[in-house]
Amino acid sequence: MSTPIEIPKWADVSLVPVLAVIVAFLVAGLVVLGIGENPVKATVLLIQGALGSGEGIGYTLYYATNFIFTGLAVAIAFHAGLFNIGGEGQATMGGLGAALICLNLDFLPWYIVLPLAILGAMAMGALWAFIPGYLQVKRGSHVVITTIMFNFLAATLVVYLLVNVIGKPGSMSPETRVFAASAHLPYVHEALAYFGIKIPKSPLNLSFVLALLASAFIWILVWHTKLGYAIRTVGHSPTAATYAGISIGRITLITMAISGALAGMLAVNEILGVQGRLLLEFSSGYGFIGIAVALMGRAHPVGIVLASILFGMLYQGGTELSFEMPRVTRDMIVAISGLVILFAGALDGLIRRPVAGVFARLLKSGA
Amino acid sequence: MPRLTDKVAGQAPAIALTGIDKRFGEVRANRDVNLTVAPSSVHGIVGENGAGKSTLMSILYGFYEADRGTIHIHGREVRIRSPKEAIAVGIGMVHQHFMLVEPLNVIDNVMLGAEGGAILAKGEAQMRAALAQLAETFGLVIDPDAIVGDLPVGLQQRVEILKALVRGADILILDEPTAVLTPDEAEQLFVLLRTLAAQGKTVILITHKLNEIMAVTDHVSVMRRGEMVATLKTAETSPVQLADLMVGRHVLLDVAKGPAKPGPVRLSVEHLVISDTHASLRVKDVSFEIRAGEILGLAGVAGNGQSELLEALAGIITPTLGSIKLDGQDLITLAPTPAERREQGVLHIPEDRQRMGLVPAFSAAESMILGFQSDHEFGTGPLLSTAAIQSHTAKEMDLYDIRPRDAALKTAKFSGGNQQKIVLAREIEHHPKVLLVGQPTRGVDVGAIEFIHKRLIALRDAGIAILLVSVELDEIMSLSDRIIVMCGGVITGERTPETTNDRDLGLLMAGVTERAA
Repeated sequence: MSTPIEIPKWADVSLVPVLAVIVAFLVAGLVVLGIGENPVKATVLLIQGALGSGEGIGYTLYYATNFIFTGLAVAIAFHAGLFNIGGEGQATMGGLGAALICLNLDFLPWYIVLPLAILGAMAMGALWAFIPGYLQVKRGSHVVITTIMFNFLAATLVVYLLVNVIGKPGSMSPETRVFAASAHLPYVHEALAYFGIKIPKSPLNLSFVLALLASAFIWILVWHTKLGYAIRTVGHSPTAATYAGISIGRITLITMAISGALAGMLAVNEILGVQGRLLLEFSSGYGFIGIAVALMGRAHPVGIVLASILFGMLYQGGTELSFEMPRVTRDMIVAISGLVILFAGALDGLIRRPVAGVFARLLKSGA
Repeated sequence: MPRLTDKVAGQAPAIALTGIDKRFGEVRANRDVNLTVAPSSVHGIVGENGAGKSTLMSILYGFYEADRGTIHIHGREVRIRSPKEAIAVGIGMVHQHFMLVEPLNVIDNVMLGAEGGAILAKGEAQMRAALAQLAETFGLVIDPDAIVGDLPVGLQQRVEILKALVRGADILILDEPTAVLTPDEAEQLFVLLRTLAAQGKTVILITHKLNEIMAVTDHVSVMRRGEMVATLKTAETSPVQLADLMVGRHVLLDVAKGPAKPGPVRLSVEHLVISDTHASLRVKDVSFEIRAGEILGLAGVAGNGQSELLEALAGIITPTLGSIKLDGQDLITLAPTPAERREQGVLHIPEDRQRMGLVPAFSAAESMILGFQSDHEFGTGPLLSTAAIQSHTAKEMDLYDIRPRDAALKTAKFSGGNQQKIVLAREIEHHPKVLLVGQPTRGVDVGAIEFIHKRLIALRDAGIAILLVSVELDEIMSLSDRIIVMCGGVITGERTPETTNDRDLGLLMAGVTERAA
């Protein structure tokens, strides 16, 4: 019998994750020390790489955009008690949805193609999460198993289509033709240049704005709508949901679809924003790191945006770091991300317990 | 039942707690508590929820350490920092919710955690010998090879007691042991407790039920708001005095109610059959009626089909056969879901408020709209207005005296009584025609019980048809206008409170019908 750990909410959402990151960096520092580099210098390089230049910030936010989408996707499913680990597959299918619209309709002006392509990405992502949801509701097959199987299905399906159906004719690499300019989501530096503001070039595009809008949407949905109430009731207590007349099956389907649509929007950033064509493996692990982002952000949109920026910094700063310190390879950066995930997610109690202890003592002496 | 005379002077008390203080954050759960328990006696501890009795026992059993104070066991000062250390000094605990592994047999359950080494056979032989010894000394007979899940609840409890005794417990703490027992099983438990005390064991009995205190204890201690307010000889006190001490004011134990004025039939249930997911029948051909302005009490030992019946009436589960009619209209086809039943005015205070009636992780305001979350009152269109639900909740909190008056506080942080008042307020304020009430006072303190009972009577007088499902016979007897009893999924008899007594109902609950008797 353990007493529940009680700490003030502000500390729960800010202090604990920050401490988790610091501990992760300290441990990562030991690893850097182990390979014979200076961990302080490495940290400085990493932060400089991520935030030290306009270009660096642009890249950081561009990576963060991906994490926001996949993090929100995992979070909304969490609220309904569902564990969607199929973000990769849903993003891949989102790419397919966007590409099908662009390949067929990119002769139309941007104000028709772009919204349709975004909707296409969301619809295909939603479909790829809806089917596992349906299988759970009707057949009892757990979404944890089916969503991960659907990742492989999506990957093989897109390979098949790129090689045999929608790939660029005469090309050896499995990818589509480049979409027309009307199907390109503007870069932020392009958009700002339109208003006469000059910033350094980076892949950061207007998807970042969409990601922030999606965060606000999820915040309103979860905490300020009747649907959100139903989703949270199902997540916290299925028996209470049944009692309240909330259909668990219906909520499962709706939530999985929303979750999949969010994951599908990763394709908006990668395909419509940057690549301008559909190619293989553009989701490159963002779907999985979304789980860590959601955990670290406590499934709250504000936390998710902050956690996404942190992971964006690790990606961007890590790349710079591996240029400057060749002994710190890309794999090292993956290891550091892993440590952050470990301390923020899995070993949460490790940080939380001492923090709770400190607060308990403070309260005691204060009273 | 013979009462033991007081022990010889000079013998050290089995337990002596001195100046125990325990604080959780802002709350002082125990303040300067002193408790002396004579050896070879049964000592009762009573108090409202949150009075600090569980905290005190948790300190004694090593779940918590006291901030201040000392513990003496048989005259020797000890520090108890974990249940393991409690067991080492001879303290055993029987929890309200059994800590048993149901698919394993009795001997495996008793051995679990005390296997006596890597080789099971040797430990098992020793354990069998120990069980045989205990059976002889205390009359605790049980088949060591029976599968625990197959045993009736009364025997499962014996396994828990055996577990403690086998580990050398000299002092046995029982937390609400009769909550799950039939009156007959409870009687057997009391005989056992007396035997244990007669053979030199010391028993501490924590309970809400004052008649049990009167029946079985030698001494009784009363706690209120973390303090020990009195320790009395049971022979020299009365239930009324104990209740007043618990609450700190005079409490009406009997509910004052006038005669019912039943109106037309509101709810009629005909030949209802309910099967569970494994297709075994839980309710077999049950029929009854409830009139407007009457309380129909449904008595029975937990697990005899009452829960399924209640859930079927509320629309949560669909019956296999039979009909449920409200004012002559068939609800099963007309309003099959819980939401539709609610619209028809069939409201439900569920038996398990933690799992069904509330969402513990929600704020009080959010729990206050559970089931009514789609009402226009709480937000236009798809939106849910936090301000609207909080002001609604603040109003209900005043009306039902729900404490603390904090609509944003997490539901789990309210006491059992106040949680139940949240459910009660929510359902009553939505104007029921029929109110289905399951275990309304389970885990609720005396003061709140009085409040809840008065409300139910007032609703009856306002012309609402009420089905009251309870395992508390006192509650059934004092509130109901008519009583039906269920056993094994069938109604074994119908009575009125005037023409029956506990013994009669107890027989019906055990399935002994008039014909069989």
